[in-house]
Amino acid sequence: MELLEFARGPVMTFALTVFIGGMVFRIFSLFLMWRTRDSSAGSSRERSSFSAALREIIRRLWPQAAYKQRTLFDLVNGYVFHLGLAIIVFGLAPHILFIKDLTGLSWGALPNNLIYAVGIITLVSLIAALVRRFVSPPLRIISTFDDWFSWLVTFLPVLTGLIASSHLGARYETLFALHLFSVALLLVWLPFGKLMHFFLVFVTRSQTGIQLSHRGAQL
Amino acid sequence: MSDTKTLGEMLTERGVSRRTFLKYASYTASILALPPTAATAIAQGIANARRQSVIWLSFQECTGCTESITRAHTPSIEDLIFDFISLDYHHTLMNASGLLAEEARLQAMADNAGKYIVIVDGSVPLKDDGACSTIAGMTNLQMLQETAKDAFAVIAVGTCATFGGIPGANPNPTGAVAISEIITDKPIINISGCPPIPEAMTGTIAYLLSFGSIPELDDLGRPKAFYGEAIHDRCYRRPFYERGMFAESFDDEGARQGWCLYEVGCKGPVTYNACATLKWNGGVSFPIQSGHGCLGCSEPKFWDMGGFYEPLSTATGDPLKWAGGAAIAGAAIGAASAALARSRRNKAIKAGASKPSEEAE
Repeated sequence: MELLEFARGPVMTFALTVFIGGMVFRIFSLFLMWRTRDSSAGSSRERSSFSAALREIIRRLWPQAAYKQRTLFDLVNGYVFHLGLAIIVFGLAPHILFIKDLTGLSWGALPNNLIYAVGIITLVSLIAALVRRFVSPPLRIISTFDDWFSWLVTFLPVLTGLIASSHLGARYETLFALHLFSVALLLVWLPFGKLMHFFLVFVTRSQTGIQLSHRGAQL
Repeated sequence: MSDTKTLGEMLTERGVSRRTFLKYASYTASILALPPTAATAIAQGIANARRQSVIWLSFQECTGCTESITRAHTPSIEDLIFDFISLDYHHTLMNASGLLAEEARLQAMADNAGKYIVIVDGSVPLKDDGACSTIAGMTNLQMLQETAKDAFAVIAVGTCATFGGIPGANPNPTGAVAISEIITDKPIINISGCPPIPEAMTGTIAYLLSFGSIPELDDLGRPKAFYGEAIHDRCYRRPFYERGMFAESFDDEGARQGWCLYEVGCKGPVTYNACATLKWNGGVSFPIQSGHGCLGCSEPKFWDMGGFYEPLSTATGDPLKWAGGAAIAGAAIGAASAALARSRRNKAIKAGASKPSEEAE
């Protein structure tokens, strides 16, 4: 029980502090950085910033015909584990209670058994993503510590959550504490690695869309 | 004082039929999760046993544990436990008082050295040399050490004795500790709970009498027969947990429908006890059945587990207490790093080291 107390108390306080401080740091350092101004005359097909940003966000939701064969696995697998993670994080009652306690926001929960099923699918999907990164030479070459570690800190909470739910290998409170440790690790790493895309994904795609539109790309 | 007659002879004299006695043995074997054949061994063991001398020490406690054991749910049978044992010292239940009471304790220790059992309820205060709780001029610490020295085994009953309990809760003003932190050279059986289930106490004593040995214990020194499973795992409301159906307050529709109490702070998932199976008051009910979440009273530090009505999945204490400071620090460092990057870039442009085609904003 001491381990669980430690996880729910000091560890979670530390993780949330680093997460919030890190998020604010990343947002401030990014948005206060200079932006290069493109002074060239815009294309005749240039759209408004809002339209270009929106079109780019939508366009990237599915693969371009030319790359369909090559990117289909990544796309489908990516959707599977991203949606899986969203369902797990925002659908399980204990998770909602955690968020409610911090923010006051809450919503209806999904049945636990459904979440367990989604959890297993997500776990398999994440393993598939790792295998793909291993076996694909170009992917392996461009992979950095950030890629491997980000995968690990995403994978561990799903794994420990499923093990805790199943009471496998140890007492529930120990497994639950390990789950909280893994969540704390994720929170600490989130602002500083590639997982920051959870917040920036639409910001960066908007920026790309605006630049492409300025140069006349058809979005 | 101990008796020279066997318990079997005493029970016969009292008119307890063999059938009644065997029913008790079967029931005890059952609650101890022993195989059916153990009922015979228990019956034989108890019948051939001499009355066991028991010294019951009460320290920093509320007498709830004694209240519980005297309300075991089959009194006509469970009362026999007081026939099985020679309760030579117990503040609440003994007739003697003052010096006579202390003499009874010392006499029992002398007569049964190495054989008597010490039952302790309540924690032991260590602060100020134990002055916070004294009995007959002795600190609890002195009395425990003196009494346990020649004991066969020590049974700590109640969460105060097993883990420090409420006296040991933050800020623990008396420096209260569990019995196991003081007595380290004797077998100790922890029967936790606030109070413990009566059958957990009587069943453990019956096991000691029957087999003359310590039952199988978990990592916290508790009999596995009673503390082997989490309440959540045996709770009749568990299916609602799996379906995601929760009472959100004590008077909403979910509460009236008997849905899971996880959201209103039930600690059943991390609490190991037999409440959901043995229940209380003659098997009538237990806290969750009565509509209140489990407090986790049989677990260490249950009083400090983050609030009785806080769901188990929430962070304890004030997890956002440094969030404001972290945000300010993050903003300051972020702004400073951006300003530094701008400054370096501008210097580079001015020095002609770089010739960017774009202008700085």
